Amino acid sequence: MTNTVSIEIDGKKILAKEGATLIDAARDAGISIPHFCYHKKLSVAANCRMCLVEVEKMPKPVPACATRVADGMKVFLHSELVLGAQKAILEFLLINHPLDCPVCDQGGECRLQDLSMRYGGTRSRTREAKRVVSPKDIGPLVSMREMSRCIHCTRCVRFCREIAGLAELGVVGRGGDSEIAAFAGRSVDSELSGNLIDVCPVGALTSKPFRFRARAWELCRRPSISPHDSFGTNVALDVKDERVVRVLPRENEEINECWLSDRDRFSYEGLNSPDRLKKPLIRIDGALREVEWNSALDYAAHALKSLVEAHGADALASLASPSATLEEIHLLQKLTRALGSGNVDFRPRRRDFSTDGHRSGIPWLGMRIAEIAELDAALVVGSFPRKDNPLFALRLRQLAKKAGRVSMLSLADDDPRIDLAARVAVRPSELPAALEAILRAFARSHGEKEPGSRVLSDTTAPYAETDAIRAIAESFAGAKKSAIFLGAGAEHSPTAGRIHAIAGAFARASGARLGFIGDAANGVGGYVAGALPTGLNAYEMFAQPRKVYLLHGVEPELDCHNPAQSLFALRHADLVVAVTPFVGETTLEYADVVLPAAPFSETSGSFVNTEGRVQSFEGACRPLGESRPAWKIFCALGRLLGLPGFDYASSAAVRDEILVSTAFEGREGVGEIGRVGRVGWVEGLDNALDEAFAPREAHPAAAGALERVSDVPIHFSDAIVRRAAALRETKDAAAPEARMHPTTLEDLKISDGERVRIRQASGSSGAFGASGASGETTLTARSDTSLPEGCVRVAAAHPSTAALGDMFGTLTVERA
Amino acid sequence: MAILGAIDPILTKGLDADASDVSDAWRCRAYVDRGGYAALRKIVSEKIPPARVIAEVKKSALRGRGGAGFPTGLKWSFMPSDYDGDKYLICNSDEGEPGSFKDRDLLLLNPHAVIEGMVIGAYAIGAKRAYHYIHGEIPEACARFLEALDEARAAGFVGSDILGSGLCVEIAVHRGRGAYVCGEETAMLESLEGKRGQPRNKPPFPAASGFYGAPTTINNTETFAAVPFVLSMGADAYLAAGKPGNGGTKLFSVSGHIERPGNYEVPLGTPFGTLLELAGGVRAARALKACIPGGTSAAVLPAEVMMNLAMDYDSISRAGSMLGSGAVIVLDETTCMVGALEAITCFYQRESCGQCSPCREGTRWMHRIVRRIENGEGRPGDLETLEDIARNISGRSICALGDAASAAVQGFLKHFRGEFAHHVERGECLVPREVQREGCRLREISKEASTP
Repeated sequence: MTNTVSIEIDGKKILAKEGATLIDAARDAGISIPHFCYHKKLSVAANCRMCLVEVEKMPKPVPACATRVADGMKVFLHSELVLGAQKAILEFLLINHPLDCPVCDQGGECRLQDLSMRYGGTRSRTREAKRVVSPKDIGPLVSMREMSRCIHCTRCVRFCREIAGLAELGVVGRGGDSEIAAFAGRSVDSELSGNLIDVCPVGALTSKPFRFRARAWELCRRPSISPHDSFGTNVALDVKDERVVRVLPRENEEINECWLSDRDRFSYEGLNSPDRLKKPLIRIDGALREVEWNSALDYAAHALKSLVEAHGADALASLASPSATLEEIHLLQKLTRALGSGNVDFRPRRRDFSTDGHRSGIPWLGMRIAEIAELDAALVVGSFPRKDNPLFALRLRQLAKKAGRVSMLSLADDDPRIDLAARVAVRPSELPAALEAILRAFARSHGEKEPGSRVLSDTTAPYAETDAIRAIAESFAGAKKSAIFLGAGAEHSPTAGRIHAIAGAFARASGARLGFIGDAANGVGGYVAGALPTGLNAYEMFAQPRKVYLLHGVEPELDCHNPAQSLFALRHADLVVAVTPFVGETTLEYADVVLPAAPFSETSGSFVNTEGRVQSFEGACRPLGESRPAWKIFCALGRLLGLPGFDYASSAAVRDEILVSTAFEGREGVGEIGRVGRVGWVEGLDNALDEAFAPREAHPAAAGALERVSDVPIHFSDAIVRRAAALRETKDAAAPEARMHPTTLEDLKISDGERVRIRQASGSSGAFGASGASGETTLTARSDTSLPEGCVRVAAAHPSTAALGDMFGTLTVERA
Repeated sequence: MAILGAIDPILTKGLDADASDVSDAWRCRAYVDRGGYAALRKIVSEKIPPARVIAEVKKSALRGRGGAGFPTGLKWSFMPSDYDGDKYLICNSDEGEPGSFKDRDLLLLNPHAVIEGMVIGAYAIGAKRAYHYIHGEIPEACARFLEALDEARAAGFVGSDILGSGLCVEIAVHRGRGAYVCGEETAMLESLEGKRGQPRNKPPFPAASGFYGAPTTINNTETFAAVPFVLSMGADAYLAAGKPGNGGTKLFSVSGHIERPGNYEVPLGTPFGTLLELAGGVRAARALKACIPGGTSAAVLPAEVMMNLAMDYDSISRAGSMLGSGAVIVLDETTCMVGALEAITCFYQRESCGQCSPCREGTRWMHRIVRRIENGEGRPGDLETLEDIARNISGRSICALGDAASAAVQGFLKHFRGEFAHHVERGECLVPREVQREGCRLREISKEASTP
């Protein structure tokens, strides 16, 4: 319990937290003090001097952002001294700032403009020439063209260092020649770089894709939820002429604070991509042709019905994207089951489904997002945190800053820009054994008997207990609140079940919580929607090709664990119905019916994020062309097929049905999103496994075989993102390379930069028997010391690697 | 290099120009012969508690010689005595003030006094580690200090077991790279920590959170050099050497239009006229026009004020300027005050770190205006604007650099407004051209004289 002190601001008594700064105390009391450099999430710089206030008994005006409250303090915000100081500071800031607001992109939403109007003078006394600062290029997202507008508040510099974790921007030069700059010739590559635009109080740093496209007052700002990662980041969609033209963060301390990842911010360009389908298509005489909705729906319903009748319901498989809405996933599974098939899933990138039926509940983060930074210790297993979920990485960074210990067991030593306590990078096949080694090291150092449960004793070779392994185990010693997080690499692994079980055992032994970071907006929602297979799962439905596929929002050639296998099955199916906002070239090849669905921005729906929070949203603009909300499409299909239970009046009605049936603990109108819908928490979240769980047999890689390490590049993670033009220009969107440890390269007698042919069995491997087919692609070999030896890092989810097989299979490399 | 003159010297006793064989006078043995390290020995052998050392320094009215004139003993007493981590002591030899060159000579001539003062200071505040931040442009002084430090270490005056007492004070030297602002103590801390040298916002002051957040005391070179003498001669005697509230002697770097530019040690309170005479008077016996008594950060004072002024902190402050670092810049009648201010404002706008708005923008703006006036392009209202800018910077910047730039402008405008107004109205100088030319000629002569 913090103590409060009483202070007086302009004669008004207010209570403030002891130790608070004046500017915070005033804000909490609803009094705003003008400022530029102060930002509540950044360190105090006190350099703009705009927040100077007068405090009784202090000879000089003091900056409110750097002055702490003291009991009985008397503060004056409107004294002659303060008004004079504010006017003077604005005059100083405007000496060199161009006075051309009408042509500035920031005009109308500029702090300097606003404060000048409110506190500044009316005439300029400057007769001197203004400083001109040369423009800089720091990449495709953030524009540094108008650096003459910079007022040197250093918010951007502090943001890079303190929030994004790396000082990519700094101040060069001195005095009036000071400039903000990146390292010479380098771009700013942070996955959080777009926030620079928000923290910049003037028009110096602007959004490259958005600048000069619209004026602030032409935009309708509509609340929504970002569909790209598992956090459910709260966003505001700025809409002009029924198009989303900008995305900004909506503050939510519990989720994204005031930040946005670049993926969430710039993905909107994908919503307006030329790939957007405006009318339904059906295959007529071998070619897809535009038709009216009635014809398309009739055709789809008829074809579905007749093929199911002809081949049995088991010939039908349905796959939903985990970034589809709760309502859509639910209706798809309902439709599939109503047709008699249990082949339905929403986890296309998964390989190991052995925990299905053995989980005590829905896998989730294991805690609230805001709790992450409060942990004392955390171990992240199988994740590239910055790229998998930038805001999760941000929370880990906060945790490390608060002297918590973060360690990583990963598949590559990517720089997480987090001060790590320890880290180990292992080959994918070693992941369970390495995790087990941590568990054993922990148990032994805590005088417990070796955990000898049956889950752990498996055929894989034990992993050597290195110093780093011990350091990770040790980081959990004495931690009051600790957690072990499983990332996408662990969830997509062929040994996901075993990793889950060992992580669970470690969590029990160390008192830590187990959590899944999650890789999609509805990773939890899919479970809530009841889309778990009772027949074939997302991998099996392609490994054992079906006659009929119903796809929603997925592009299996990029979204599935084994793209080549998926594509093969789709190409040979009798009927593929794709419900999707986009139609890519590959979709045109295999789809027989394409129904244009509205993306998240054009439909109502809900996402259940990885902490179990339900967030509903409305469409921000009208569906493009004739596209329709997918929930309506599924309802229409259901009705045309004569199936009961598809008469919903709204997506909210669908949601209410789902959430009631899963014991939804709902509260009306709670939380930030209140106006838009309801915020609540789903029940039944539980990461435990039951006693009967037996992990899927590992398939030991043949000695000397090269193991593939796959990540999903951040800007290719879903159908919307990969169509966002500016994101595709970033370093993160560079074409995949075959990255190998230098020793591995040497063993293969290949040198860095050479073109290599990668071959990988594209048929199902391991437990289900190889089909013998193999896929190949040609990539550039790259030496990369961050990888363990014996591995080749080849990104998934990219057209250049879509011909390959499993994300974590074995492959061969030879000079092309 | 030598001290060109002194009156009752303390710091440079035995080192002044008249003394024989100054070449080795800086060495440890010579310093010990002069009575050096006696104070340290006494503290160590008699186990004088730190509080008593601080009390003695307080009593001596020794004030900071770096510019602000803050009482040294009081500063030391701000250090928390119950802090259980490391505390630090820093010696500030980043002598960047235009006109000041006393620390350079002190390091060359009497480095052991600085070392002894640092060790005593470290003992008084409870620091085991001391840093010496030396200006980048005085490599020879730095080399001298390093050599002296080796001697002191070898003799057991510095190190982990000083004079066998178990007292530990290690001294490390760090060289600056020439930024004026790094002489500001918190910018110095940033620079020492390996960061961009820019001042911190205060509070917290270094005594509460300094070097890497630990309690830190920073004093000027000359201050440290005075400490052994304060203790060995006793606070009362040291105080009596100066005047009440302004204990001891002060090194004055006298420069500008003077016959014998150089360092002079005189008791605080010595009349300016005496100091001027000591330095050989105004060059070529010309008339004194003005003087900046404490480095460019101090306001300029006209001759008639100066000639009635005693050179001590309080007297100069009462006259509307400050003693500062004791850099006395003498300006004779050939000086164009607009030109002089142009040089000074140019310095400040270049040396502003650029961090805070008033200083970054204000110093640049002031310089532009003064330069314009100097170039004969002054406009009506310029002087009022200048005064306004100076007022608006003053007291609103993060550190004193803004205040200094503003004080310089205010001082020139206060005492020589007519000359500025003339420049603005006529577009030319009030000082006749031939008088200025004579000034240039004299400068050339003195330049030649000083070139070896």
